[in-house]
Amino acid sequence: MSDLLALDFMRQALIAAVLVGLAAPLVGAFLVQRRMSLIGDGIGHVALAGVAVGILTGSMPVFTALIAAVAAAVGVELIRATGRTSGDIALAVMFYGGIALGVVLISKSTASSSNLTGYLFGAILTTSRTDIVVFAILAVVVVGVTWVLRHRFFAVANDEEYARAVGLPVMGYNIALSVLTAVTVVVSMRVVGLLLITALMIIPNATAQLVSRSFRSSLAWASLIGLASSVSGVIASFYAETPSGGTIVLLAIGTFLVVSIVSGLVTRARRAAHDRAERHEHEHGPVCGHQAIPHGGHVDYLHDGHRHAPHADHYDEHDAQAHPAPQDTQEVSR
Amino acid sequence: MRVNAPPLISLHSASFGYAERRVVDGVTLSQGPGEVIALLGPNGSGKTTLVKGLLGLSEHLGGEVALFGTPLEQFHDKPRIGYVPQRHSLSASVRATVREIVEIGRLPLRPWWRPANATDSAVVDEALDAVGLRDREREDVAALSGGQQRRVLIARALAAQPDVLVMDEPTAGVDIANQRILAQVLATLAARGTSMLIVTHELAALRDVVTRIVCMDGGHVDFDGSPADYQLGHRGHEPGGGHHHGSPGSVGRSDGLAAIVTDTLPSREAQS
Repeated sequence: MSDLLALDFMRQALIAAVLVGLAAPLVGAFLVQRRMSLIGDGIGHVALAGVAVGILTGSMPVFTALIAAVAAAVGVELIRATGRTSGDIALAVMFYGGIALGVVLISKSTASSSNLTGYLFGAILTTSRTDIVVFAILAVVVVGVTWVLRHRFFAVANDEEYARAVGLPVMGYNIALSVLTAVTVVVSMRVVGLLLITALMIIPNATAQLVSRSFRSSLAWASLIGLASSVSGVIASFYAETPSGGTIVLLAIGTFLVVSIVSGLVTRARRAAHDRAERHEHEHGPVCGHQAIPHGGHVDYLHDGHRHAPHADHYDEHDAQAHPAPQDTQEVSR
Repeated sequence: MRVNAPPLISLHSASFGYAERRVVDGVTLSQGPGEVIALLGPNGSGKTTLVKGLLGLSEHLGGEVALFGTPLEQFHDKPRIGYVPQRHSLSASVRATVREIVEIGRLPLRPWWRPANATDSAVVDEALDAVGLRDREREDVAALSGGQQRRVLIARALAAQPDVLVMDEPTAGVDIANQRILAQVLATLAARGTSMLIVTHELAALRDVVTRIVCMDGGHVDFDGSPADYQLGHRGHEPGGGHHHGSPGSVGRSDGLAAIVTDTLPSREAQS
């Protein structure tokens, strides 16, 4: 590991991996919530046209890609806001127009085909130092803005109609999220590649959904899993001499598969151990008359000599083994 | 405090609709503080469009509309209206706890850069207590029953500390036991002086809560009075008896059919 860090380009690659690994799942969480998981892919297609223009005109492909991606992101939200059924087709035209234009323009330039592959699938080890600095600044901005606005993005994605009714600027937040997606796509273009970035935005979130019980904790898990996949992917790709993007995504998918199998087994075991209380229509509450016993982060209610613990939409029998009663309520539980 | 306070909601021959299509036409209505109004009417009579018009979710196409004395177009203090939308299920695309959903209600009250403080948290606690869901605040909302989810939405609206609650079909699709709990929650709120405008089909469940009944049909109000008057006045809804609307703009349903549809309500009430 220390020999790895001694290499200048590996240090750069690892910094980029950390930033992309954090930013992509964080932004992706809200795309999953809005059921727009694949939108990053479409924006990536348009970004390729921007890259091509940059290569052809000799300017920095990062900036032209950024302009194309942000324009596409705003376009996506404006098309969605019209609410027409033809909006779907308009998006398809825009996305495939983007990638087609990109491929045609690049073929007219002097760039080699390996250059194109680098943008499509990621080639962190061949990225210039200036590009890395630009990516780092953008990634920090993306993470910061997303973090500050996370409650609002959550609210708007959760119930757009309600958000509008209480006066939140729904359109503004949707465009902001879309632009953050575009910036993330461009920032990640050299690490994971335009065709694979959506995987890093979505898959860590799919894994996080399996292990978390709240949106807050799912954000933390997704970022952690994204970070781990991204860093270990870059390291593995160095030793195995594989492309970084594909390696990162395969690791993220591997994590998802392992976690989903384990969580499936745990859920099954829990269900078997889970003792549901008798069916009753009464709902316990502060004024219901049944003695409330707060413990272990929840409240049990003493009901005809046994304890009811709220679970999902019903009550469980109190599980004395899982939640040993605290001293002061020992008498009650006996 | 508000002896001369203007009505919470005041409509004068107001029209609402979508894309120039008038769904609600010429409605005059005023809600004072402390009133709990049930807005009844058959499907398609314009109840939801009327409510959405107040929230800026459907278009205001004519007449005068004022909220807390301010004309609708100049009214920007939107969190004062606590909206409980008609939702049959909360989004299950990602995990979200009951508390996280209720916390959304606080967002419009603070600028985007300010994190939640102790007051926000205390008000959320109160809102959860008011609907009896404090003990389930860490549950995934998707795991709750339909009635419990409806109470989560009520708590979200309460978290904004609104001056009037506007609810769209809070009891629709909720089983009888949960309807009773919901009615208790609404009764407790009413006893605390909360003003409410409740769009509903199930008057029976809310009989003890409601202080006034407004009936809509074909985009017009055709009854506005006390629950007692409703029982009597309702007789005038028999086919051919006392219906005066039926403008060409109405949905085109005959009075007779509309009367039959609205008639199902009190008879069900009589049975229960």
